[in-house]
Amino acid sequence: MLRDITIGQYYPADSVIHRLDPRVKLFATLIFIISLFIFRSVWGLFIATVFMFGFIRLSKVPFGYMVKGLKAVVILMLITAMFNLFLTNGKELVSFWIFTITYEGLRNAVMMAIRLIYLILGTSVMTLTTTPNQLTDGLEKSLRPLNKIRVPVHEIAMMMSIALRFIPILVEETDKIMRAQMARGADFEAGGIIKRAKSMIPLLVPLFVSAFRRANDLAMAMEARCYRGGTGRTKMKPLTYVPIDYKAYGIVLGYFAAMIAVRIVL
Amino acid sequence: MSIILDKINYIYGQGTAYEIQALKNINLKIEDGEFLGIIGHTGSGKSTLIQHLNGLTKATSGAIYYNGADIYDEGYPLKELRTKVGLVFQYPEHQLFETTIFEDVCFGPKNQGLTKKEVQLRAFAALRSVGLPEEVYYHSPFDLSGGQKRRVAIAGVLAMQPDVLILDEPTAGLDPKGRDDILDQVAKLHRERGMTVILVSHSMEDVAKYVGRIIVMNQGSIVLDDVPGNVFAHYQELEAIGLAAPQVTYLMHELREAGLPVDVSATTVTEAKNEILEKLGR
Repeated sequence: MLRDITIGQYYPADSVIHRLDPRVKLFATLIFIISLFIFRSVWGLFIATVFMFGFIRLSKVPFGYMVKGLKAVVILMLITAMFNLFLTNGKELVSFWIFTITYEGLRNAVMMAIRLIYLILGTSVMTLTTTPNQLTDGLEKSLRPLNKIRVPVHEIAMMMSIALRFIPILVEETDKIMRAQMARGADFEAGGIIKRAKSMIPLLVPLFVSAFRRANDLAMAMEARCYRGGTGRTKMKPLTYVPIDYKAYGIVLGYFAAMIAVRIVL
Repeated sequence: MSIILDKINYIYGQGTAYEIQALKNINLKIEDGEFLGIIGHTGSGKSTLIQHLNGLTKATSGAIYYNGADIYDEGYPLKELRTKVGLVFQYPEHQLFETTIFEDVCFGPKNQGLTKKEVQLRAFAALRSVGLPEEVYYHSPFDLSGGQKRRVAIAGVLAMQPDVLILDEPTAGLDPKGRDDILDQVAKLHRERGMTVILVSHSMEDVAKYVGRIIVMNQGSIVLDDVPGNVFAHYQELEAIGLAAPQVTYLMHELREAGLPVDVSATTVTEAKNEILEKLGR
């Protein structure tokens, strides 16, 4: 059940997208997110759809695998859609009891749902095709200018990469502890909400203990290797742009320009 | 009373990029009261196999019968099965969570829905049978040493009074004394209560001394299934899959090649000693 979490997971494949420089992917994702909130017309939606599915196709990650990540946000999406559906003023479409659905409301609800879906899918293209290490490397390098105003960019990137690295480990650990407690007759699914919350104790206590133990071990191991933060640190695999990265930048900027043009013209 | 596995296949992460066939066509019968060793290299599927025995992992295909009933039948009481087939995981001390050792051992029987008195009686009996000193019963489990924690965890499973006890690498990371203590205690349980015991390990030395039958696994399949002496006779094959026979096996084979007509099936040092002395005519 826990293995279904696909957000933040890397999907190994050999594709153009996988080989792109992580900075390009970060930039493209940022642009894509912004673009999702500037379109209002169906044409804008059309361009975003083509752009996104183009990238999904190129990434060689099975679409079904990506969609699994959507499950986590279904509730959020429904709530957002509901609010838009019932609380927008405009031309009345249907009306029952205290609820009124307007044409504008329906439109907003659908657009909002699509935006959220695209947001998740778009960002998961990045996380699925980029290893956590590459991702934080890219982030560190992109944010390096902030060092000048004393933002500890390296430390933040290091914390992020450790956090990301530990997600699968902790998921696995949770799974293992759950099995161990189930072997002792624990039941994580039966009963009401209080009983279920209580049944989490045998899971959470060992999980916290093990998380602290791991953190301790890791800190010790890092210190034993003389880790002392970012200053003067070099990379084993420094990030360098290759021609295809520039092409990708071109495509992304072209897309962004098109989205802005559509917004202004239509 | 037995456990029968019929053509069990298990595939990890089916439909993802990480798909692995962890078990391939496993057929196995475990009789009541057996002391069985499952040996295999890391990743050979032994841990996956034992999680099938109490229904924690459901096979991709195949059937498992416990005392004649198919455990995959609709409505089969899996929760009850897990109390009958007690499984002690690898590094079981990582699952301790209660404030006192005693409370932690009570967790299993409490889940069985027994009365408070019965739960406590069972917990006491279990703690006693793993040889833990009484004065620590009400200490926090996190204050104990690694070996003691492991005993508490094993007691936690024993308190459910299972008919079958499965131990997944119970001696991993313990010093030689801790290892012998735990294995001796398990052997005692088997001897005195007639409990079926399944011992998973990658160390032949550990297993050779105790078990009556060894199953060797490699890449998800059973490659050998016999009494220890016969299994170790295949020591060259064992080496080919990254395992080794006990050292006495090598000694006996070398003696034989050197001209002393010893029986090479000795598995423990004592057996080997007696055999050599006999052949030397002393």
